[in-house]
Amino acid sequence: MTDVFTAHHVIEYPGGYTRSVGPVIGRFLTGLRDGRLLAVTLDDGRVLVPPTEYDPATSAAVAPDADHWVEVGPRGTVQSFTWVSHPRPGKHMLDKPFAFALIRPDGADTAILHVVDCGSADAIRIGSRVAPRWRAERTGSITDIEAWTPLGDGEEPEPATLHVPAEDEQPVVGITVPIRLEYDLTAGIATTRYLKGLGEGKIIGGRASSSEDVYAASRGTDPKSGEPTSIEVEVRDTGVITTFCVVNVPGLSELAPEIPYVSAQILLDGANNTFFGLIRGCPVDEVHMGQRVKAHWADELKPDHTSIQWFEPTGEPDASYEIYKDYL
Amino acid sequence: MRDVAVVSYACSNVARDASHNETEMIVPVLHEAVETSGLAHDEIGFVCSGSLDYLQGGPFAFVAGLDAVGAWPPVRESHVEMDAAWALYEAWVAIQTGEVDSALVYGFGKSSPGDLHEIMTLQLDPYYLLPLWPSMVDVAALQACAFLEANGATERNLAEVSARSQRNARGNPNALRKGDVSAEEILQQPVTHHPLRDADIFPITDGSAAVVLAAGDLARKVSSRPAWIRGIEHRMEAHGLGVRDLTRSESTRAAGAAAGAASGNVDVAELHAQFSHEELILAEALGLDGATTDINPSGGALAANAVMSAGLVRIGEVARRITDGEADRGVAHATSGPALQQNLVCVLEGE
Repeated sequence: MTDVFTAHHVIEYPGGYTRSVGPVIGRFLTGLRDGRLLAVTLDDGRVLVPPTEYDPATSAAVAPDADHWVEVGPRGTVQSFTWVSHPRPGKHMLDKPFAFALIRPDGADTAILHVVDCGSADAIRIGSRVAPRWRAERTGSITDIEAWTPLGDGEEPEPATLHVPAEDEQPVVGITVPIRLEYDLTAGIATTRYLKGLGEGKIIGGRASSSEDVYAASRGTDPKSGEPTSIEVEVRDTGVITTFCVVNVPGLSELAPEIPYVSAQILLDGANNTFFGLIRGCPVDEVHMGQRVKAHWADELKPDHTSIQWFEPTGEPDASYEIYKDYL
Repeated sequence: MRDVAVVSYACSNVARDASHNETEMIVPVLHEAVETSGLAHDEIGFVCSGSLDYLQGGPFAFVAGLDAVGAWPPVRESHVEMDAAWALYEAWVAIQTGEVDSALVYGFGKSSPGDLHEIMTLQLDPYYLLPLWPSMVDVAALQACAFLEANGATERNLAEVSARSQRNARGNPNALRKGDVSAEEILQQPVTHHPLRDADIFPITDGSAAVVLAAGDLARKVSSRPAWIRGIEHRMEAHGLGVRDLTRSESTRAAGAAAGAASGNVDVAELHAQFSHEELILAEALGLDGATTDINPSGGALAANAVMSAGLVRIGEVARRITDGEADRGVAHATSGPALQQNLVCVLEGE
């Protein structure tokens, strides 16, 4: 079997994911910014923390501004816990082992999931009394509580530092959450063959034994039948523009640093599917359907998409519509 | 109601498939399910799949699945961003409408390319939970801790579930974690996520599964013993972990009652318990007794848990035992969401 390519991919939203929180969650988060734990009293008298816009049992709406808002805690009782012996850098707030726990603040009937900083797994049990350790700088986020810490008998919780509102301060309406995920992706057998071909100046495709249709850059199957494209076929690096668009948005392609440029679908000679490419070598307004083009290969070939830098017109007569009408 | 049966089932699991892309991984399983169904590819009326874009970090993961199905001429198709057990539910509903008589249902996913436990954090409430990054295992461990406290169960009870799973899995070629291991041996392993040990936590699995459904006479024509779906229901409870009773699964209880799980003998049950304690919670909710019901004879999800197909596998494993004559009636369960938030119960029966 071919050595299959893998690639390390990172998905990350620059600056974090911005979310509107709405008035109910916003009021709770505004409370956190003030150093207070707010809850709502539901119709049946249960006190819900953290509040949601709806009663979790009946779906009845929870109003953001009525007088059923109460303050709970700051002391709380651990209902359940687990120990995190290896904190995740960039994700977890603490860089030392900690507990996740469900904590029921005094005066509430529900529990809040949060972090307990208690040193060791032996220092927490169901029933442990804890209290929040507030950050000095609070923004209106669930992370305004850095962690909860064990509370000894008769010990008073450390109060939050006073939040001095800026003159134009508004209630919390949004949060920003960084998200980063990493992957080691497998190209698969067919895609690896295709990429290796690019490194040798070839466009490799495949076809299934049950069909004459050839797929350039096959992902491993004939998508019409689902049969494996087990027969390797090289296609030409010349073809016909089936359709195209003029791109006026900068920064979308590293191979097309300047706008406007043309992205096109190209029916390569010998293939039965279209292939994506950029078009250069003629003015943007002269690009047209049916135009014959040829790949412009990079000086230095690599087994990746940079080997074909763009396609350019060959000057041959246009292909007739009959040739590419089934590929639009 | 139309009678609908499972007429074929195929599955493949490995710990890490570093050779194939998703399309290549699915092809053999889909082909096996279709070929053994007795239906021709173009006779299948509906195609429905379950997959999760986050597993590969790219949009429209299901398109890779369609490349393996063969979608030309255009097929009637749908997809759920859930375990394929819910795709099977949609297919069952489609057959109930009378517009189609058969369906191909499949699910697939590779858990190995990313950090699955972290990816699953993204299914949590984004305001109160996600910023803290509790992992999928942390959330399950919170449930396990609460369950042990409330039920007087011990870590030994968890180890017994895990040991039985590994022993049962010895006969299952698609199981990853299997062996002749005792609860005592498991208890000697370290607790990694209090109160859970590695043996209490499903193994990371890349895989896929497929099932073909057929209605009434068509099922009788292609299968000598169809596994009839006698009831199928799914129910869901609140998302917030702190507002529900984690020590019981009321949604499983309600789905099981609505599907008629207890209205006959249960010879076999396949429960989508990704963690040892979940099997105990689910068995209680469904009224199952290990003395009269063979629970997770495949090894269950503790033996292999390809996310997005493992729930469908539960249905397939029960159906296979009915078709093979090993069982007359069985219950399959699938779950979705944190700490058993959403649960599907499917009752299957032979004739």
